[in-house]
Amino acid sequence: MWKTILKLTSFRNFYQFSGKLLPWFTAITFILFAIGLYWSLVIAPIDYQQKDSYRILYIHVPAAWMSLFVYIVMATSGAIHLIWKTKLSVVIANSCAPIGAAFTFLALVTGAIWGHPTWGTWWVWDARLTSELVLLFLYIGYMSLYSAIEDRASAARAAAILAIVGVVNIPIIHYSVDWWFTLHQSASISVSKGSSMHPSMYWPLLVMATAFKFYFVMVLMQRARNEILERDQNANWVQELEKEL
Amino acid sequence: MSLNEFFNMGGYAFHVWTSYGLTFVIMALLVILPMQKKKQLTRRIRKTSRRRSET
Repeated sequence: MWKTILKLTSFRNFYQFSGKLLPWFTAITFILFAIGLYWSLVIAPIDYQQKDSYRILYIHVPAAWMSLFVYIVMATSGAIHLIWKTKLSVVIANSCAPIGAAFTFLALVTGAIWGHPTWGTWWVWDARLTSELVLLFLYIGYMSLYSAIEDRASAARAAAILAIVGVVNIPIIHYSVDWWFTLHQSASISVSKGSSMHPSMYWPLLVMATAFKFYFVMVLMQRARNEILERDQNANWVQELEKEL
Repeated sequence: MSLNEFFNMGGYAFHVWTSYGLTFVIMALLVILPMQKKKQLTRRIRKTSRRRSET
């Protein structure tokens, strides 16, 4: 059992497996974005209060959701590495960091651009915005810590611990809008209560969110495959691969 | 809806298009940069494997 798990998570196995998946994820990502963008920019009705400015929601909300999701993937991979010492989980966690940072940055910036006409300000030190900014610093902290430590094994361990400690920020971001009632509105969509959005506006959001998910898996595989090639560049299997590359 | 209306976004053209444009640029970079990195890695690996087969 243990041996098969180790074999399945070997670099070589992951490289081959992800190589087969990547074109599918790329195709689905493009199709979903084509549908999602048309739906959110053209078909979705105008909001009676915010007019067309509310269309920023279709990228702001998926980006914000992904910023949390990617962090959980990164911290989980870090934890798996600490427990089972698997190398692949380090590669996954490392690949998550810049992607998560990008999503967090986008959530913050599109939020600011949306806040300008709706709230009358680009930025407030409201709990949601501040904790999301902390999330960006956690991602940047992970990357700087990993690259600052020369020994690869200690770098992976230190970065994993940082990622796990940072998980406390995730529920803070999620519940910030309920705990501190400030400018940022509370959730319109929840797992337990469903959606308070009208279906004509809710469905394009769902398509866009799914597109973002597929996009994430696509870029995650790209990055992880590169890091594997780099780490194993002198291994026989990579050298043999050269003919196909 | 005319094309003009579409680009005008009910007067919110700046806000909507800046958001979408920036998101596009960053998400495209996140795809293109690893592709270039892969090319660079492939070149390096090809070099070492050639050297290996020569010796």
